[in-house]
Amino acid sequence: MSDDEDDLILSELNDEELVEQMFDDLYDGMKDEIEEGVTILLERGWAPYRVLTEALVGGMTIVGHDFRDGILFVPEVLLAANAMKGGMAILKPLLAETGAPTIGKMVIGTVKGDIHDIGKNLVAMMMEGAGFEVIDLGINNPVESYLEAAAAEKPDIIGMSALLTTTMPYMKVVIDAMIEQGIREDYLVLVGGAPLNEEFGKAIGADAYCRDAAVAVETAKTLIARRHNQRAAG
Amino acid sequence: MTDALTELLSTRDWLMADGATGTNLFNMGLASGDAPEFWNETHPDRIRKLYRDAVEAGSDLFLTNSFGANAARLKLHDAAGRARDLSRIAAELGREVADAAGRKVVVAGSVGPTGEIMGAAGTLGHAEAVEIFEETAAGLKEGGADVLWVETISAPEEFHAAAEAFANQNMPWCGTMSFDTAGRTMMGLTSEGFVKLVEALPNPPIAFGANCGVGASDLMRTVLSFAATGTERPIIAKGNAGIPRYEDGHIHYNGTPELMADYAVLARDAGARIIGGCCGTMPEHLRAMRAALETRPKGPRPTLETVAQALGGFSSESDGTGDSGSAPRRERRGRRRG
Repeated sequence: MSDDEDDLILSELNDEELVEQMFDDLYDGMKDEIEEGVTILLERGWAPYRVLTEALVGGMTIVGHDFRDGILFVPEVLLAANAMKGGMAILKPLLAETGAPTIGKMVIGTVKGDIHDIGKNLVAMMMEGAGFEVIDLGINNPVESYLEAAAAEKPDIIGMSALLTTTMPYMKVVIDAMIEQGIREDYLVLVGGAPLNEEFGKAIGADAYCRDAAVAVETAKTLIARRHNQRAAG
Repeated sequence: MTDALTELLSTRDWLMADGATGTNLFNMGLASGDAPEFWNETHPDRIRKLYRDAVEAGSDLFLTNSFGANAARLKLHDAAGRARDLSRIAAELGREVADAAGRKVVVAGSVGPTGEIMGAAGTLGHAEAVEIFEETAAGLKEGGADVLWVETISAPEEFHAAAEAFANQNMPWCGTMSFDTAGRTMMGLTSEGFVKLVEALPNPPIAFGANCGVGASDLMRTVLSFAATGTERPIIAKGNAGIPRYEDGHIHYNGTPELMADYAVLARDAGARIIGGCCGTMPEHLRAMRAALETRPKGPRPTLETVAQALGGFSSESDGTGDSGSAPRRERRGRRRG
């Protein structure tokens, strides 16, 4: 069998087999193979948006589920996200050219007083993996940087992260400032971080608390879809 | 020459470590986001009090206020060059308090994670990590720490780097990891895998174990898994005082002193020889733990059911050790290559 595996040639697979193989290659964090797979699908006439959603986002959804379920851990997810990034680098200019719909845009940052960033970085990577455009504000963000980024970037989602029990209340300060300026309803607000829970997310007026990066992606997709439906209906 | 910790371990069945550093310092007025290590210089009185509170509550050893005193963390406060100094002062203050205790108290030089990601997908290489840890270790050694104590580690690569740095400084040490993700560390290491890692080191620690993580129950499950490997090396249990809850704008840990007392006794019965707390563990918790350890007789090794009954349920079904059939696994459709 090992000879067989060595001989696997991506360009000889049909579309369906190739996409399945790409799911596995994403899962295994194989960047070169993902880049090759993306190029082949484009050559076969797939629209860039279809490559993104069916091959890459589809594969990263499996990675996200297995991360959520405790089958994959951070190192594997980082490698998968890195492979996805390789594919995205090819697709990004083409997506812009073809005016393909965007999946969504997120501004994310760790709140003022908090300098922890592994969790926030993971969410950013998984969101990118899911096809979102992510603007990362980094660590230690005061209210103003969230508001300025919101005005400048017009994201769908504002994400806040806190790892300290002492900084999590600052999330409410940001949300209250948004309410005061009358812009709270313009954005979905997602919060996350080790000491948080759903109850806290509700208490401070966030749209959702996300337990981990995989949940953040799923929640973002669900809430954006819901908002689109509401707007369509309204 | 035998180190102070090994000596103390040879005369006692169990030792009590300290509780929270961060939670206590926040209560003394540390602003969130500030580096607690700066207080070694600006508020040495408060750091002495932190140490003394633990000693007076019955701790046989305490960790120095140097958890974030490494170049990678301090650079976020524009103080990357201060790692060695701040570590040294943390240990000097510790030495002062321990020597005035009137009994043998061990000063353990705390070494926290770099916060950077190592390994195949990471940005921090081995040599650089060793250098970062060695600088902190050198400061702690200069300041008079009895042993070094690396804690809250998630990545095997980072644990290896710390061990190598301590060997370079020729210091005895202890090390704990945090098992907070479905019973494993954030990077996926199981408790069983950690035992293997520890035993394969050229300079294994005096004691090893788990700290922080989810709640006291999860930590107990990890300790039971350590013990189940049959390791002879002393096991450390440093669990959080429950889980943080948000009430009326303030954060509370839901673990009471009574719960932490039960936890301490269960940890001892499970085979841990160094028992302390982590986040949320205040002096009143430590006093209750010490009293329980001294007065309650040693019982049989607790089962998971006993632990859940006493301390609450677990955050995940299993802790990923062994090859239990219930462990989640993905069905692969394609072929694995590479």
